[in-house]
Amino acid sequence: MRTKIGIPRSLFYYKFIPFWAGFFSGLGAEVVVSGPTNKLILDNGVKSCVDEACLPVKLYFGHVLELKDKADFILVPRFTSISRKEYVCPEFGGLPDVIRHSLKGLPPLITTEINLRRSGKGGIDAAIEMAAEIGVDRKKAATAYKQALEVQREKGGSFAMDDYFGNEAKEPSPRSTQLQVAVIGHPYNIYDRYISMDLLGKLKKYGIGIKTIEMVEENEINKQAAYLKKPMFWYYGRAAYGAAVHLASSGEIDGMICVTSFGCGVDSFVNDLIERRIRKEYRIPLIIMTIDEHSGEAGFNTRLEAFVDMLQWRRANENYISTSG
Amino acid sequence: MKITFPHLGNTYICVKSIFDDLGIDYVIPPFNNKKALELGTRYVSEMVCLPLKINIGNYIQAYEMGADTILMAGGCGPCRFGYYAQLHQEILRDAGYDMEIITLEAVYGIRDLLGRVKKIMPDNGAYVKLPGVIRRAVEIAKRTDELEMLTFRLRAREQAPGSVDGIYHDFKENALKTSGTRGMLKLLDDTGEKLGSVSLKPDAKPLKVGIVGEIYTGIEQFASFEIQEKLGRMGVEADRKVTVSNWIIEHMLKKGLHLPRDQSYAEAAKPWLGTMIGGHAQETVGNTVLYAEKGYDGVIQIFPFSCMPEIVAESLLPYIERDLGIPVLTLIIDEMTGEAGYMTRVEAFIDMLEKRRERVKYEGGWELSWN
Repeated sequence: MRTKIGIPRSLFYYKFIPFWAGFFSGLGAEVVVSGPTNKLILDNGVKSCVDEACLPVKLYFGHVLELKDKADFILVPRFTSISRKEYVCPEFGGLPDVIRHSLKGLPPLITTEINLRRSGKGGIDAAIEMAAEIGVDRKKAATAYKQALEVQREKGGSFAMDDYFGNEAKEPSPRSTQLQVAVIGHPYNIYDRYISMDLLGKLKKYGIGIKTIEMVEENEINKQAAYLKKPMFWYYGRAAYGAAVHLASSGEIDGMICVTSFGCGVDSFVNDLIERRIRKEYRIPLIIMTIDEHSGEAGFNTRLEAFVDMLQWRRANENYISTSG
Repeated sequence: MKITFPHLGNTYICVKSIFDDLGIDYVIPPFNNKKALELGTRYVSEMVCLPLKINIGNYIQAYEMGADTILMAGGCGPCRFGYYAQLHQEILRDAGYDMEIITLEAVYGIRDLLGRVKKIMPDNGAYVKLPGVIRRAVEIAKRTDELEMLTFRLRAREQAPGSVDGIYHDFKENALKTSGTRGMLKLLDDTGEKLGSVSLKPDAKPLKVGIVGEIYTGIEQFASFEIQEKLGRMGVEADRKVTVSNWIIEHMLKKGLHLPRDQSYAEAAKPWLGTMIGGHAQETVGNTVLYAEKGYDGVIQIFPFSCMPEIVAESLLPYIERDLGIPVLTLIIDEMTGEAGYMTRVEAFIDMLEKRRERVKYEGGWELSWN
């Protein structure tokens, strides 16, 4: 029987699942992904995690619990860095320790550290270590790593969006309004239908085109991020800032929605920097939508509707000057 | 150019004496106060952590006193502190305060760091004095922290309540009037002597509590409602391992010179937190373990709301509490924290520690409530 590797449908799933699926099947293992987020998964996560943690981290706990009896190993890597000279959030770095201590009765965890801060070789080192955890030798691991990297290159950028809309994505979106909005947020927030309260789906129903960070070319991101005198040392921070400013300056978008989970430390800086820059230099409406486990959908919808209405009025009346003074 | 810097506990004593010796023109912002916090919360976005807000208050109050340049430390993440200066700059500019920020950080290499130092150095041959000044400044930082720790021990044992407070308060005030590193060392000598003559209760056996957590809320008494002093007045001896001098010596000097560093906390943290994840999470976890091993009665963790590294530590502390049998209280602070509710929690925790000590004294395991 093939070894089952459980992967929580949370956090870096939305970025790296093409790679992981490819890598572990290359090693001869079977990949089991936890189901889409639902109330039970979220509740289980909230129950087993400290209050202060952010929503996605709580959710991660829920997804790990979901895999408890379904896999031989669960992949809970220590994400220190996924790019040169940049970090991920400190909370991710401590995840394996926190999960190990607070959740009982789990199958063995694969807690390999992924650290590409000093060198790009960190990737293959981590892959070899992970393979060793499930008893696969270096050579096989290296081959699987190379193949999986190809898959990631091909699908990585568009995977999350394709997965979100399924077959719908292939059809042209109705775009009845001719409006386009940038949705700036962590992939694990905006591509999770449950915790984002289907923001992307709702925008699509309004007939609004969507632009996300993943749709912006890396060199465009870096061009804009260079505006910051000191490079931002969070991978997400640079990507979000660069993408937001690029989209605003390109004239492709009519509005910007920043999605953030309550208490997110990285977002508290990044969104503030984005907001200051956009308000100063571009005439684009911007709204910050905060989500947490208490968010009510009605209030969320009201804010979204008001924002969309405003965009439409703006489009219709932008050049209208009242003759009555 | 008139330089100012943010408050962090007694750091001003060390920085002031360096500036005096080198002949640098500076302004010390008023000690942290409600107005500073109010200014900070007015200009800083809600979710940003508390130290940044108080810093902004310091800068604006210093600006009103004539400062135009800010000197502060920097870093390279993943804790938010490494990006403070950049956000400070944006906030101050948007709020209409024209100030330049110089960060002392070696992120771009030593040559760049020296360039930054050069910016603030006056052209009066101060460079010659630099090695001696730095040597004495490190000494001042170390001894100021030792003095503060001494007050924690004495306050819990003093005969006449308030005698330590009086001496310590005078020290902080006199430090503002004292000039230069040599003068400051003299002041430290005198204060040490005065504290040595405080009469103590001979049979005092105070409860011992370790303070762990984020560095700013630990060191800056304003940010933690002076918890360490209040504990002292309640007859509890507080201790804290994370200090300014420890940071300068271990993280700047020894790291820069590649000397072996004190890694005991990292070793102690290992079974719970395998690696450095940023901020002071590893210190928090490791020192909690060390306090448990040293037989402390309890540990109090303090951090600003939404502090990422400390949230990881907070998630791990309950398991250390359970496995090593040391009670832990976590206090989270932001501008909305009310002092009364906060102190009620601290008092309840101390009451519990007292009861716990009695229980241990009677040997026979659990003491029944009607005894």
